[in-house]
Order: sequence, then structure tokens, then C-alpha cells
Amino acid sequence: MLKIHYFASIREQLHKEEDNFCRPEGVKDVNDLLVYLKTTDPRFSEVYKKTPKMLVAVNQVVASRSSELSDNDEVAFFPPMTGG
Amino acid sequence: MITVDHKDFDIAQEYKQLRHAAGDAGAVVTFTGLVRELYQAELGGEATQSLYLEHYPGMTEKSLELILGRAKARWDVLDARIIHRIGTLLPGDQIVFVGVASAHRQDAFNASQYIMDFLKSEAPFWKKQTSDNGSDWIESRKSDFEALKTWK
Repeated sequence: MLKIHYFASIREQLHKEEDNFCRPEGVKDVNDLLVYLKTTDPRFSEVYKKTPKMLVAVNQVVASRSSELSDNDEVAFFPPMTGG
Repeated sequence: MITVDHKDFDIAQEYKQLRHAAGDAGAVVTFTGLVRELYQAELGGEATQSLYLEHYPGMTEKSLELILGRAKARWDVLDARIIHRIGTLLPGDQIVFVGVASAHRQDAFNASQYIMDFLKSEAPFWKKQTSDNGSDWIESRKSDFEALKTWK
């Protein structure tokens, strides 16, 4: 099961904090997951377009589009950090 | 030690604990970040009514530990403390505290500035400002990323 978290402006625009689903066949890395989400969730596709600087973390570490995904990974999408 | 909490903190208490834990420190540098009434005033921002701080539980603590670890590897740090608040804060409220105790001042200054610079761009916190004009998520600043180049 993949656990996907959404934070800040992305969470608000999607009207949800998380998604949980089995890793779809063919989804091997972050880029595959983005393609899957954009295809299956029109709202995600819209938010993705509006957030050119969207960041991704895999298992709580900032990752890249080419980072590989395994079953049970925790993925998070969020805008650039603004703490401090 | 790292704390991410809704609760406010007492600088005097933190300084005292830092001195105690550090033993024979020759320098203690502390930094406190506050909520400004005119947040991003230079960008034509409106007066802040409140600031909401969201974070990614788990990753926040991990990323702060990593930043702290790198600072300790680079400078002589006897003890360090990071506190970051979350939730709704008001103008004048304390947001963040970084304290570093070292044998010499330069290590304490450098390590505390390094921690703050990386905290801003690597720790998963997000600010949402509420003003008379409504609520908006604060955008990251180019200057915050520029600051990181200092430490290459």
C-alpha cells in the first residue's frame, strides 16, 4: 500500500490530506506516480500545473522525479518550505 | 535536542539548560524568530492578523536532526537546541529558537546561523498568513536559497 500525503497549499486545493492505494502496475518511480495521479485525478492534474515548484519526499526524505518507489512507501507532495 | 510544539518557550530557561548541558562552554549563541506584524512588508504585504504554521510530523524532526548533525560535524558544538512552534501564532509571538553552546564564539555563531539557514529551506514547515485581505500561503524567498550558497 502506498501512503500519499499532501501538505499546505496542495492539501487545501485537493481538499484532502492523503491517499492510500496499492502501488499500481507500472508505477516504478515518482515520475510514474505523478503521471498516474494526473491521469486518474483531474484535480491533482490542475494543482500540479499551478504548482511548478512542487516538491516530493519519499519515506520522509526529499526525493526526485526519478526516485524509485516500492510497496509500502510513504510519499508526500508539498510546496517549497517556508519555516523559521 | 529538538522540539516541535504548539507551546511557547522561555528563552531564559533554554539558555540555562544549554549552559548546564554544555559543561565548560565559552560561548552560547541564541537566536529567536518572531512573528512580524508587517510580514513581507517589502513585498507590499498587509498587516498580519495571524500566522498558521503547518508541518510534516516525522519528517520535520528527521530533517532538523540531519541539519543539527551536519552543524555538529562541521563546528565544535558542545550542545544545541532547536525549538519550532506550529499552529496559529499572532504578531509578536515567538516562532523559532536556535541555541548553540561552544568553546569559542565563532563556532557558536556559525553553527547557529547554519542551522537557521537550512531550517528555512529543508525542514518541512509552511506558513499561511491571514490579513485583512484574507489568507495566503507564504511563498519561499529566493534570498533563503541564496543564503545556503554561503555554506558550500
